[in-house]
Amino acid sequence: MRPTKTDNLGTILSRKGVSRRDFLKFCAAMTAVLALPARYTDRVAAAVAEAKKPVLVWLEFQDCAGNTESLLRASSPSVAEIVLDILSLDYHETVMAAAGHQAEEALQMATAEPGTYLTVVEGSIPTKDGGIYCTVGGRTALDIAREVCGNALATITCGTCSAFGGIPAAAPNPTGAVGVQDAVPGITVINLPGCPMNVVNLTATVVHYLTFGELPATDQFNRPLFAYGSRIHDDCERRAHFDAGQFVEEWGDEGHRAGWCLYKMGCKGPATFHNCALVGWNDQTSWPIGAGHGCVGCSEPNFWDTMTPIYGRLPRVPGFGIEATADKIGLGIAAAVGGAFAVHGVASAIRAKAQPLPKTQAHVEED
Amino acid sequence: MTTTTAHEKFREEVTGRVYVWEIPVRLTHWVNVACIVILSFTGYYIGNPYIRVSPREIYGGYFMGLMRFIHFVTAYVFVASIAVRTYWAFIGGNRWASWRALVPFLTPEGRGKLKHALQYYLFLRRDPPTVLGHNALAGFTYAWIVFLYFVQIITGFALYAQSHPGGFWWTLTGWIFLFISNQYLRLIHHLVMWLLIAFALHHVYSAFLVDAEEANGLMSSIFSGWKFIVPEKEEEVEK
Repeated sequence: MRPTKTDNLGTILSRKGVSRRDFLKFCAAMTAVLALPARYTDRVAAAVAEAKKPVLVWLEFQDCAGNTESLLRASSPSVAEIVLDILSLDYHETVMAAAGHQAEEALQMATAEPGTYLTVVEGSIPTKDGGIYCTVGGRTALDIAREVCGNALATITCGTCSAFGGIPAAAPNPTGAVGVQDAVPGITVINLPGCPMNVVNLTATVVHYLTFGELPATDQFNRPLFAYGSRIHDDCERRAHFDAGQFVEEWGDEGHRAGWCLYKMGCKGPATFHNCALVGWNDQTSWPIGAGHGCVGCSEPNFWDTMTPIYGRLPRVPGFGIEATADKIGLGIAAAVGGAFAVHGVASAIRAKAQPLPKTQAHVEED
Repeated sequence: MTTTTAHEKFREEVTGRVYVWEIPVRLTHWVNVACIVILSFTGYYIGNPYIRVSPREIYGGYFMGLMRFIHFVTAYVFVASIAVRTYWAFIGGNRWASWRALVPFLTPEGRGKLKHALQYYLFLRRDPPTVLGHNALAGFTYAWIVFLYFVQIITGFALYAQSHPGGFWWTLTGWIFLFISNQYLRLIHHLVMWLLIAFALHHVYSAFLVDAEEANGLMSSIFSGWKFIVPEKEEEVEK
């Protein structure tokens, strides 16, 4: 049965066969993700069950649909998936049935009343050459974003591309790609970067909005603190090996097999704020570091430019050739200075012999 | 300005000794030396943990943690030392400790001394600059070193703050990451370490050179505080 505008989420979920027990488990998990005390579970459950379907519009621009994949991934249909599926019913380019003019009409209907809907954006927005590098239905991404995001109650960006420009914005950024907050300044944005974003965080952001009627507190990059409030490194299950000085030296060595710290293999956990270590991926099956590969820092601004080399500790020094590392240059500078002054010393010694100073010098200058 | 006691005045007149480096100057100098050595060693290890710890070594069970602890504590000591020295440069110290010694290029006289010192170092002039405090070129170099100290302190505490978002240092330094990523901040922190190591090599060499050529007891002055001037009278006596 197709849900109507008047059905609340509790009704829709029970109709879809979600038991009360599963629903409460979902609410408890969301309460935990939001870092709320356990007693809030009842409040979250009441709010989510009572929620009238807020209209959600999902826009895709310069992207790989990886965040949609992240949204749709599930070993079995979860409560979260159903909640989000119901919420995002009005317009989603990848999964909606409508096409062509019907799709455009759906978008227009969903966004007819300014300030009544939430927008989710996936993918970066090109700005070069009038934004022609991404058009949908003959309109540029920039044009659509200005109208749809500009009139939205709030915009949630899914993935690093829509948050910060992501991979399309990596140097030399041929399309002039930017994130939503730079393309449409002044609007309310919640950034959920990641490559892809973790669907748990999207669900939790929506649940936070349903429960409290406001968006979660954010950091200086507009990322919600519940998901991006601490570094992967500080929550990592391998942290004890870091503190002990036990590091993987090469892939497949004894340390790697024993699950030691991937710091020396270029892991960017110490540079990356995300809750991967806490909530995991794919129904909490695993996560990158848990699977034995270092973090690549995908949820940080400009990660493709600043977090590379992926398997190196520090970025390469700009302007010194791609293989020059800070240590080689630093050692070179130190050696050059040492060498220069050794030569100066020999020359000074020769000068002292060849051209001795007079026994006493001119008087000390008054200073 | 410190007042000269009658005893000091007597010693200056009789021996040609002048009390140049006061206790805070010498103390912060040596504290800085110790801090830079410790911070460089532990910092290099943190960036590239080259010491392998055997998993069977029970006392090594917290090796990186220990290195970082030493690094952070030493960083606080270094900041305290820089704070004392900055106070002494602006308020407490004598004229040789003053900040003016670091910016000789502000006056025409200072620019002349800069040229003299540069010509001496480049073998274009035989007589070394004879001054009681820093020579002009040394002072100018220290201005850059002070700048590098502040770069190290700011980048260091910004990175330190990352483990405690919302904390004191985060409040002070969190805005930096709007302009530069933490990986590049790490790179800067790392490169400046090498610049300071290069400076240290130059500094020790120049101290030996000037000690020998100026014959003013420069090397011992950083321990005792006293430097020597060669009075004109002596010149007459020798003739």
